[in-house]
Amino acid sequence: MNLTLKIWRQANADATGSIETYSIENISPDMSFLEMMDVHNEELIAKGIDPVAFDHDCREGICGMCSMYINGEAHGPDRLVTTCQLHMRKFKDGDTITIEPFRANAFPVVKDLAVDRSAFDRIQHAGGFVSVNTSGNTQDANSIPIDKHDADKAFDAATCIGCGACVASCKNASAMLFVSAKVSQYALLPQGKVEAADRVMSMVKQMDDEGFGNCTNTGACEVECPKGISLENIARMNREYLSASVKG
Amino acid sequence: MSALIKSSIARKYAMALSGLFLVFFLLQHFTINLTSVFSETVFNELSHFMGNNPLVQFALQPVLIFGVVFHFIMGFVLDLKNRSARSSKYTTNNGAANSSWMSRNMIISGAVVLSFLGLHFYDFWFPEMNYKYIEVLPENPSRYFEEMVHKFENPVRVGLYVISFGFLALHLMHGFSSSFQSLGANNKYTRAIKGFTTAFAIGIPLGFVFIALFHHLTAF
Repeated sequence: MNLTLKIWRQANADATGSIETYSIENISPDMSFLEMMDVHNEELIAKGIDPVAFDHDCREGICGMCSMYINGEAHGPDRLVTTCQLHMRKFKDGDTITIEPFRANAFPVVKDLAVDRSAFDRIQHAGGFVSVNTSGNTQDANSIPIDKHDADKAFDAATCIGCGACVASCKNASAMLFVSAKVSQYALLPQGKVEAADRVMSMVKQMDDEGFGNCTNTGACEVECPKGISLENIARMNREYLSASVKG
Repeated sequence: MSALIKSSIARKYAMALSGLFLVFFLLQHFTINLTSVFSETVFNELSHFMGNNPLVQFALQPVLIFGVVFHFIMGFVLDLKNRSARSSKYTTNNGAANSSWMSRNMIISGAVVLSFLGLHFYDFWFPEMNYKYIEVLPENPSRYFEEMVHKFENPVRVGLYVISFGFLALHLMHGFSSSFQSLGANNKYTRAIKGFTTAFAIGIPLGFVFIALFHHLTAF
């Protein structure tokens, strides 16, 4: 496959970026998108041009590091996959592919396609955990009966890898799908219920402080999420928030 | 009030509740308008009651005006805030791949409905306020039907009504069902809610259009 790549180039966080156009040839349809980017970078290095910076780690679709906005969609045109699991067979010979970083004020660009998503870490620090006494007398989790449906929903929410595709896809750069997944995975389980009120209040406050936009229920986040996190989690978070607010 | 301004979820609740209140008002307005197709007398009686009952005039009407103003101001404020959350825009964005046009353009449909409200107030509400409270003209319980039919004689006005109700339908197609999601209702009834709200969003504006066209076509 021969392709034209239009890639966002930005030297650093303070620089003004722009789209640069490149040609790339002999790309196998079996390559992953990141392998194509590797080939492209090898060519750039051979020409003495600064390679394109982009985030990646496991390349198995579970670490949540890759974060490209491809042809106007987070992680590209495929569904339920991260950029590393997107394959070049999804494109046609002669295509022009536009590649940009995930954009949100809360996700500032570090360089080229790499963005700083530590806002998500700070939201997690605000309450995305269970305070468990690990001094040796911790109760075996399996000894606590949990409704199968609740366990399944908690597990579904816990599959969120925090990649930020929800923020990138949302026209408002809202982080509600991410935060609601983290709130839900604990709120559904007995271990998480103890701190549920504090958790939702603290995480939502941190989310708002980070400068993410407001959710207007477009549903774009759910469609683009590589893990299929459901909008049901946002509804649950709204209920949890109301309940916590009423309790004071 | 400060929590309303600061918390994104509280704002969602506020928008949803004010929106549902306006939907309820729309249904009530439609019901009264619909009687004009069947009975001039019933329409006049209902209009006279709504226009002269102290509870409606001095308790419900201020609440309605507050609801309308709040929903619009909050909508515009939220839109500005949301736009500012991404100051560097995408050069290529395929919004149609993951969301409906209605959901992405509530501010456009809302602005059209707001403009229509301006016309509607100019046509009916301001003359009514003038009649009752400024000129203090004698009560005439049978004037409402004639006044309304007279307004719908103008084809330009009817055309603007049709366009405005088209945008109201687009606004409701996302907004009505979205309000349930905002209030935390996403469960086994969601499909039914979506079906009902979509039928309402299309049916009620179509009904308003039908009433306007009916009076326009039967006026001559």
